[in-house]
Amino acid sequence: MEPFERVVARHGRTVWRVCRAVLDEHDTDDAWSETFVAALVAYPSLPASTNLEAWLVTIAHRKAIDVLRARERRPRPVETVPEPPPAPPHDETVARADELDGALRTLPPGQRRAVVYHHLVGLSHREVAEVTGISADAARRASADGIAALRRLLAEPATPRRTGTSGRSARRASVPAASAPPASPEPKGTR
Amino acid sequence: MTTSPADASTDPRLLLTGLDPADDRLAALHARFAEAALDAGAVDVAYRTLDSPVGRLLVCATDVGVLRVAFEIEGHDTVLDRLAATVSPRIVETPSRLDAVARELDEYFRGERRAFDLPLDRRLSRGFQRTVLEHLPDIGYGATASYAAVALASGSPRAVRAVGTACATNPLPVVVPCHRVVRSDGTAGNYRGGMAAKQILIDLEARA
Repeated sequence: MEPFERVVARHGRTVWRVCRAVLDEHDTDDAWSETFVAALVAYPSLPASTNLEAWLVTIAHRKAIDVLRARERRPRPVETVPEPPPAPPHDETVARADELDGALRTLPPGQRRAVVYHHLVGLSHREVAEVTGISADAARRASADGIAALRRLLAEPATPRRTGTSGRSARRASVPAASAPPASPEPKGTR
Repeated sequence: MTTSPADASTDPRLLLTGLDPADDRLAALHARFAEAALDAGAVDVAYRTLDSPVGRLLVCATDVGVLRVAFEIEGHDTVLDRLAATVSPRIVETPSRLDAVARELDEYFRGERRAFDLPLDRRLSRGFQRTVLEHLPDIGYGATASYAAVALASGSPRAVRAVGTACATNPLPVVVPCHRVVRSDGTAGNYRGGMAAKQILIDLEARA
């Protein structure tokens, strides 16, 4: 069994993606830390055959939902405070991440998880189904619908934070156009 | 497998990579996790690395005390792998937990400290090796003793070779001063950190 430190180094990003799929950045930090503490406690008794990544994704999924529920129970000042003005996008990557994040937040939670777990974390649809407690078909559909919705959202002209730099327009060109085939994340001809 | 060039319209992964955390954010998160893990009592072996005149040192500790000091030439990853197998795999890099050890080592390497005042976890040495290692602090700072003299002091005057082995496999080099044990002809002799490192330590103590 390898030192736990190496497990954190190898899977830190994956756990972040899983938590971030349902939580904002602040809550993601909480869930990330809690996931690895829980994993550390159980680590020595883990059977050697365990798929570490899938195990961590399952823990992270549960922790993220715990944090989300705890948040929903707390009074939410967010609803009374007006949205803060968006920070000027000083960085293309940040701007794009914000835009993408905004789009992801508009997806129903099930689609959001299916998209992130399948495409970002790399779980198969069957594994997504196991982790989230739905059928594999439903996971596949949720992922496809989510990607289609993301493409539509990101292809719309970005109204609020337009910088007009050439770098930005070049980058936007790589976002699929609205006319792109809608609901087919898999390459053509796979079935 | 897509055949077209990577592009967000064919690879949803590219569409989503903007959400990845930056490296410095992960580092900050790790520090926070390490503290929480210590608070939860879930860290069996805490470790950190530090720079020294004898190269980068790995320092590991348990709740009992300092467990292992390792030189770079031993391979820090190899050392951690062994600890995972022999002590516990719950090994986490937690620099804060080893602040006191790092401070004393820094003082020693600056020539400002002549003895270590640290709790030690001696579980990695047993039997005769342990007896030998426990006698080493009797050799004062800046002094040296021959393997034969240490064998005598350990109550087994004929076990000169075993003393050599005990010193060469000392799990706590520098802190437990096996570098003060030298050959009868005055040359340094074998050392876990290499002969050059041994000579550096002997010279350092002679100067200070």
